[in-house]
Amino acid sequence: MSTLHTVNKSPFANQTLISCLGHCKDGDAVLMIEDGVYGGLGGTGLTEIMANAAKTVELFVLSPDLNARGVDASRLMEGVQGVDYAGFVDLVAKHDRTQNWL
Amino acid sequence: MTVKNFLYVNRKAPYGTIYALESLEVVLIGAAFDQDVSLAFVDDGVFQLTKGQNTDGIGVKNFSPTFRALGDYDVTKLFVEAESLAERGLTPDDLQEVMYEDEDDDWAEKPSIKIISRAEMADVMAGADVVLSF
Amino acid sequence: MAYEVNGATVEHDEEGYITNLGDWTVELADVIAAAEEIEMDDERWEVVNFLRDYYDEYQIAPAVRVLIKALKKTMGPEKGNNKYMYELFPYGPAKQACKIAGLPKPTGCV
Repeated sequence: MSTLHTVNKSPFANQTLISCLGHCKDGDAVLMIEDGVYGGLGGTGLTEIMANAAKTVELFVLSPDLNARGVDASRLMEGVQGVDYAGFVDLVAKHDRTQNWL
Repeated sequence: MTVKNFLYVNRKAPYGTIYALESLEVVLIGAAFDQDVSLAFVDDGVFQLTKGQNTDGIGVKNFSPTFRALGDYDVTKLFVEAESLAERGLTPDDLQEVMYEDEDDDWAEKPSIKIISRAEMADVMAGADVVLSF
Repeated sequence: MAYEVNGATVEHDEEGYITNLGDWTVELADVIAAAEEIEMDDERWEVVNFLRDYYDEYQIAPAVRVLIKALKKTMGPEKGNNKYMYELFPYGPAKQACKIAGLPKPTGCV
């Protein structure tokens, strides 16, 4: 049993991503969408927290949202994977439930 | 009919946005469908349950008394995260009392609010069939 | 759209629910009831007063099943049932009793 969490807020604006990570179980996945994709950047003040989370949780960003914001995939931290819309659907199908962090 | 376990996760303070009121309305409407419903209050969501709310000065309805009606709708599990309270300088005493009458126990009055840890909250979330976020 | 009570007008929506809950008076209740072709008596007032008390305490009009469950507890099974409620308010307690009580339409009632 596992959960796909989606986060659509920038972690530099509020605590949503941190709260999400604090409620994840091992084997869950976190997909960052919309302004949430900024959470996947490497070399930020959050990279250590994210790297730590990546040990037990899979991290994804929605590539169209990344592209829209002019962020090249090379800026993502190690362990964060880009997915397209079809990949989003696959993630929803793979997990038992989806929880949206608004 | 299969009874599913619905969890409404509330993470927003009551009046700054419409989320909290919308959540409560969906809970009341959804209660008609005889499912197993729980509410979770996490992060700023814990502010929804504070006592002493008075909205006279801001011209919107004070919906905090409505939480006390949830027992009538067989919604009797309100999980509040201890860490979220502590981070905001709140203690359980700052929350209003929400009671329900236990039909299976000679209508004894029991508290609906249960204070649980973040780890326990993660378990509650992972145990839900459907998670609705507000 | 408005009701007329003692020469004053009280606004209501297209379904007859009053716009401003503070406008409600006992006289207005009789006027709304008349518009619904209902004559108020002690039994009907019992229900309307219950609804007003419930709203006052919880800030919502109760769902019909909640209303009936509560009446069953306070007034016994002969009054706390669907049949009795529909005898008093043929078009439904939500539609008619709440309207007469000056409350908004119950949440979840379409």
